[in-house]
Amino acid sequence: MDSKMQQHGLLGSESDSQRTLYPYVTGTSVVALKYKDGILMAADMGGSYGSTLRYKTVERMKAIGKHSLLGASGEISDFQEILRYLDELILYDNMWDDGNSLGPKEVHNYLTRVMYNRRNKFNPLWNSLVLGGVKNGQKYLGMVSMIGVNFEDNHVATGFGNHLARPILRDEWHENLSFEDGVKLLEKCMRVLLYRDRSAVNKLQIAKITEEGVTISPPYSLKTFWGFSAFHNPTVGAEGSW
Amino acid sequence: MSSIGTGYDLSVTTFSPDGRVFQIEYAAKAVDNSGTVIGIKCKDGIVMGVEKLIASKMMLPGSNRRIHSVHRHSGMAVAGLAADGRQIVARAKSEATKYESVYGEPIPVKELAERVASYVHLCTLYWWLRPFGCGVILGGYDREGPQLYMVEPSGISYRYFGAAIGKGKQAAKTEIEKLKLSEMTCREGVIEVAKIIYKVHDEAKDKAFELEMSWVCDESKQQHEKVPEALLEEAKAAARAALEEMDAD
Repeated sequence: MDSKMQQHGLLGSESDSQRTLYPYVTGTSVVALKYKDGILMAADMGGSYGSTLRYKTVERMKAIGKHSLLGASGEISDFQEILRYLDELILYDNMWDDGNSLGPKEVHNYLTRVMYNRRNKFNPLWNSLVLGGVKNGQKYLGMVSMIGVNFEDNHVATGFGNHLARPILRDEWHENLSFEDGVKLLEKCMRVLLYRDRSAVNKLQIAKITEEGVTISPPYSLKTFWGFSAFHNPTVGAEGSW
Repeated sequence: MSSIGTGYDLSVTTFSPDGRVFQIEYAAKAVDNSGTVIGIKCKDGIVMGVEKLIASKMMLPGSNRRIHSVHRHSGMAVAGLAADGRQIVARAKSEATKYESVYGEPIPVKELAERVASYVHLCTLYWWLRPFGCGVILGGYDREGPQLYMVEPSGISYRYFGAAIGKGKQAAKTEIEKLKLSEMTCREGVIEVAKIIYKVHDEAKDKAFELEMSWVCDESKQQHEKVPEALLEEAKAAARAALEEMDAD
């Protein structure tokens, strides 16, 4: 206890217990892309507690207002807190009752402010957020990291998705993907993540947002193939190993 | 019954010898001088309407909203001093969001009315505050169904089937009593409220007015919102027609 207090001496000892130091229950990658009618986003339903895959029905994508869709990876409790902030934001926006509503660009900007300001207080919301939406025919897809880095692009991913999914998207994404092609592309990315990311769970949802609104699919699983010949007799080249 | 306090009306913390607090009664007069505000409880929701007296021809129609949403499921129509009304609405919004963040469910309309009434009453207890110069009609839809409350500057709040405040409140109340509210849907209620407001509007004293209406009902998915444009126009047309019929007599 004493040594820990000395470690954080510079930043004050009492306030340490109030700051986020490390995440506890985390979600893994979110992958999203722009397609012909709007945005497609995919995320699995896992909540890991360290190396344990503890929760397997965590919805990591939520509709925000009429025009936006938010997906998050990282600390699940911080994601829930962000949803509460956004709920209040959308409520106050609705109460104006003036025919206008917050679009994805505005929500993305708000989230960037929140994340950056928290980071400046050394008390971050431990999430990488993906914000996509359509308003008045304009498609929008952006990302905010836990330190407040934000940008917009045609396809985004968080966490492992950046390393495994984005190269696939860079090669195979093009403007005006149809819905079916978009879903296939996302599933291809999610399958790679499922094989290679240890915190991925084979239960995912794909969400779509268009001018008409948000649809989040019911959970389903991807087909995987493990019948590689090398898996049949794995120890054939090295006796005694497993 | 004299309505001038002479000496007992200087402070809201002074009772008169006959047990009245004159400052509160004067505050109520501010409400009586404003445009009529009506609320009715129909079988599937609440309809509220405001006779917005237009102070200047330069004003943009649709500005100076008198009906405000307090949460998703409830709204308030304000009569009297507009700035005082803004304060009350702000307080109600704050109470509603705090309740939801603590209890996880939208604030019951009864609870909201009690809190607003307490707040209005608060300002009648201290000599360094003045009473609010506005009355509020609060309509909402919660688990117990649609409910209508009215809060007066004294802090009194009752639940009503139909309520009216402002200039034409006497005439409006008489008209509301004629309606069979328990059999009426909100769609029909909107037309009736428009007719009443047009009827009680005094052409001689106040020239122009704008009709503002809102509802919270099954048709609006229990959300408080402005009455849709099409229905509002239909209501205004029906009201004007009814007036012409009366004038023709």
